[in-house]
Amino acid sequence: MSAPVLSRSAAAEQDPAVAVRRSKKPSETTWLIAGTVLVGLLAVVSLFVGVSDVSLPRLLAGDPEAWDLVWISRVPRTLAVILAGTAVAVAGLIMQLMVRNRFVEPSTVGTVESATLGILVVTVLLPAAPIMMKMGVASVFALGGTALFLAVLGRLPARNTLLVPIVGIMLGGVIGSVTTFFAYKYDLLQTLGNWMIGDFSGVLRGRYELLWIVAALTLAGYLAADRFTVAGLGADFTTNLGMNHKAIMRLGLVLVSLISAVVVTTVGAVPFLGLIVPNIVSLLFGDNLRRAVPWTALFGAGFVLVCDIIGRTIRFPYEVPVGMVMSVLGATIFLALLLRTRKRHA
Amino acid sequence: MPKTLPPASAGTLRALPRRNFSPALLSPKRISPAALITVLAVITLGCVVAFMVIDLRGNLSYALSRRGIRVGAMVVVAVAVGLSTLMFQTVTANRILTPSIMGFDSLYILIQTALVFTLGSSTLLTASPALKFGVEVGLMIVFSALLYRWLFTGGTGALHLMLLVGIVIGTLFRGFSSLLQRLMEPSEYIVLQDLFFASFNQVEPLLLGISAVIVALVAAVVWKLRKSFDVLALGRETAINLGVDHRRIVTLVLVLCSILVAISTALVGPVTFFGLLVVSLAYQMVRKFSHAALIPIVCLLGAITLIGGQLLLERVFGFATALSVIIEFAGGLLFLYLLLKGSLK
Repeated sequence: MSAPVLSRSAAAEQDPAVAVRRSKKPSETTWLIAGTVLVGLLAVVSLFVGVSDVSLPRLLAGDPEAWDLVWISRVPRTLAVILAGTAVAVAGLIMQLMVRNRFVEPSTVGTVESATLGILVVTVLLPAAPIMMKMGVASVFALGGTALFLAVLGRLPARNTLLVPIVGIMLGGVIGSVTTFFAYKYDLLQTLGNWMIGDFSGVLRGRYELLWIVAALTLAGYLAADRFTVAGLGADFTTNLGMNHKAIMRLGLVLVSLISAVVVTTVGAVPFLGLIVPNIVSLLFGDNLRRAVPWTALFGAGFVLVCDIIGRTIRFPYEVPVGMVMSVLGATIFLALLLRTRKRHA
Repeated sequence: MPKTLPPASAGTLRALPRRNFSPALLSPKRISPAALITVLAVITLGCVVAFMVIDLRGNLSYALSRRGIRVGAMVVVAVAVGLSTLMFQTVTANRILTPSIMGFDSLYILIQTALVFTLGSSTLLTASPALKFGVEVGLMIVFSALLYRWLFTGGTGALHLMLLVGIVIGTLFRGFSSLLQRLMEPSEYIVLQDLFFASFNQVEPLLLGISAVIVALVAAVVWKLRKSFDVLALGRETAINLGVDHRRIVTLVLVLCSILVAISTALVGPVTFFGLLVVSLAYQMVRKFSHAALIPIVCLLGAITLIGGQLLLERVFGFATALSVIIEFAGGLLFLYLLLKGSLK
């Protein structure tokens, strides 16, 4: 009963491979456990990548210096990667459900740019503000930017699948140009660059704990995921099912904006993640939502771990920010997804 | 009619030129194109003179030559960006595309970066500027002709898809450039940065001279092709029916656009929405659709926007070089407006 309702894109409906995979259900839990183990292994690898020597023998020998390094730097970093990866991917999924569009995520609709503008504003007006305050202002701006996008979206009568992300990207560009203007005026362009590019190199104990907030938000998103699907089908449909459309949309808006704002303030923007992961999950496992959310979380964490490890090893001993690796990989995968659409249309 | 898009939005992006002429807000009823061009030319001259003489102090010949170079750079960039956008919109039969939205200048920056990354900055610095420029423009032409011809002759139907692919390709090029820039030595990076972020204030006189000559040549070719452009603007099918070799001329336009984009990017860096702004304004002003009128008006409007805008910013608002940010902002809003208005029809 839920399958036709949940297939959000015509693309997924037409793809026979997806339908076949959906009908035969392998022992899902086994696969999930296997996936979790794989991500766990990646996390362990990530613990041992770095300039300072943290090798297994040294740890087993009880070298206090090595253990300090692990607890102060390596574990917080890996945790931050996993938390941010999970949250951003799930936020992308929620966004896609809400606007019923496969090509949308917080960084293609202006949410991330708005959050950055918020941080800039609070940095200029109250340079000494505590991080929670910055995060709060960033969240308010992110909410505003996302609401603006949804309002613009409401003016597009035909929900053209491809027009929605174009409008979103341009909206983000316009907000970004305002940010650049003021950053230029207050000589904060370089600082701005640090926010706009996701980077885990600065993560230490005491500087990532706020990301646990997004873990809670992600869980809330999981619990409410079904509602976002219904809300995406329109106000009338939702009301007929006895639900409050406005309340659900507001909840989704708040979740997505908060996740984006917290991630941007702690580690910076991670582009394309929320776009790629839900799409891949949908290709592999179909659009059954109960299954999609855990897989999205798992893939999100795994993808960022891989990108972070690449970024740390490609130019060893220096580091390339994860955001750059992600923008190259992510844009390539996004292009492949788009051209798949083109092939089908031709 | 592209069969993959719903009819409500299908016609909008490829709206034929004549469709947008009903609400010509800026065009007074009885001004002929010739008169309009004259008026604009006078305004342009006024801007140039004002820019040259206002607040002139100190060593006159030094100040004048510095200002002259800046004005020259602005004129060259205005013509290059304006013409490339106009041509690009005409061959794609589309009012909201510009070469930069489709990733042209990110491609140019990527080629520059890749050259420095593979050959090293010392090779590039010691090579003669003309040779270097020739190689870059050559690579640019080859890549853009391959990539964009494939894009524009493949699935001509799905224009939204093409636009989105263009935007993502631009993002990909930018991401790849910044990745390469991060991988190279800091000293190499500084050389590279100088290559594409020369602002209007630091333009090399020699480079400006070469660029001005090339832009003038391209402009002459464009002027010669003005009648073909009028036909092309009727749409691909109509143009072919009327005897235009569509594929050949699209390739030629892509080559010309590559040259113009390479020149403007090398002179002042990437400007995304400037062309869109100027060409849209020109369409608002010209009631009669003809490239004979559009070509000069686009060039003059571009020069007025840049020189006049810079003048206002410096003398009235006291900013230094943030003009491009303001143009980006205004152009971005215009782009969104055109997108939304087109879809609502």
